[in-house]
Amino acid sequence: MIDKQFTDAHAAVADIQDGASVMIGGFGTAGMPDELIDALIARDVRDVTVISNNAGNGDTGLAALVREGRVRKIVCSFPRQADSHHFDTAFRAGKIELELVPQGNLAARIQAAGAGLGAIFTPTGYGTLLADGKETRTIDGRNYVLEYPIRADFALIKALRGDRWGNLVFSKTARNFGPIMAMAATTTIAQIAETVPLGALDPETVVTPGIFVQRIVAIPRAAARSAA
Amino acid sequence: MNRLDRDQMAARVARDIPEGAYVNLGIGLPTKVANFLPADREILLQSENGLLGMGPAPAPGEEDWELINAGKQAVTLLPGGCYFHHGDSFAMMRGGHIDICVLGAFQVSVKGDLANWHTGGADAIPAVGGAMDLAIGAKQTFVMMELLTRQGQSKLVEACTYPLTGIGCVSRIYTDLGVFAVGPDGARVVETVDGVSVDDLRTLTALPLGSALAV
Repeated sequence: MIDKQFTDAHAAVADIQDGASVMIGGFGTAGMPDELIDALIARDVRDVTVISNNAGNGDTGLAALVREGRVRKIVCSFPRQADSHHFDTAFRAGKIELELVPQGNLAARIQAAGAGLGAIFTPTGYGTLLADGKETRTIDGRNYVLEYPIRADFALIKALRGDRWGNLVFSKTARNFGPIMAMAATTTIAQIAETVPLGALDPETVVTPGIFVQRIVAIPRAAARSAA
Repeated sequence: MNRLDRDQMAARVARDIPEGAYVNLGIGLPTKVANFLPADREILLQSENGLLGMGPAPAPGEEDWELINAGKQAVTLLPGGCYFHHGDSFAMMRGGHIDICVLGAFQVSVKGDLANWHTGGADAIPAVGGAMDLAIGAKQTFVMMELLTRQGQSKLVEACTYPLTGIGCVSRIYTDLGVFAVGPDGARVVETVDGVSVDDLRTLTALPLGSALAV
């Protein structure tokens, strides 16, 4: 019997080691898997490379991981915001490395990894600082930059509902990077608000097929930190 | 000299967005355009964090923080609107499915090069977000900005001195003093604000602006 359910967040992240690469879903705090990150912080893992859209907002989730000094490098599109104080402090102190990637290229490179592609030619960034030194090509009169896939050892994502096979549906704009990160990581761990029986999710509307998800942890919304 | 305020600039941009258009409004100043879209036109707003058919801000107390726009503000979804992941969202953009994107700018060149993501300052923490994808992805990219900096320097320039966001991507610039077309043939004045002449704009920008308007 396939059963991807883990009873708690700590057990689900127990094999994430020092130096791991970890994708973290979310756009700002929407879709940020706070409880999985709390469990990671509790394990005292060091030198993590994080791939996420932002570099942490406020004091929870990815921001807390940065504050605790666990992140060696972050690959993201938009680190600097009004509430990115933990990242700003670490960056200015030289304690964290930043690789800045345009948001659409971040998505496309993650998708390339999930789809098994060797690289992509993207028009975004052509002729800018973020394409300095990169191979380019003109195809049908349009200029492109060669970019390589971004994959990771783990993806930590947040969805709304899932079943024991790992099929997922998401909540509104909290979906964002979740489905594509699930495809690009060796081990994808999804925290969900509710576990449902097989067959309860309409197969026509499953967003992430269970084959892309290795572990699910039910964290009911009433127990989630946002409500605590 | 007569100038449009920011709401008037937003209303001017909104007038040029046609019925049926799929539109992305950049964060900051362009967000205001949504407030002035003509009620008799069906225009769908896309937000790159994964929604199409974005509605207005919810009533106070009704915010759902899993329903936000690219500026991370609470929004609503219109009936018929939908959600999608980031891969699909940027395929809409990069794949040329979005008709118009409206962006703010530090500088735009007469050829339509855009600089709007980074001042290049040594102590600045760079952040690009979706700016580069938005700039080159939409069928038309409009810029909305004040023509002059606070120090009085023209932001419409012969060549950008700030780091570029995209090359030759802007077609129109809506400013507080007039509307400009830019592209391979250079910059042209399309419209001036009442009381402002084409020659005034030539003087302020120090550029040999073309124009079909009477001087």
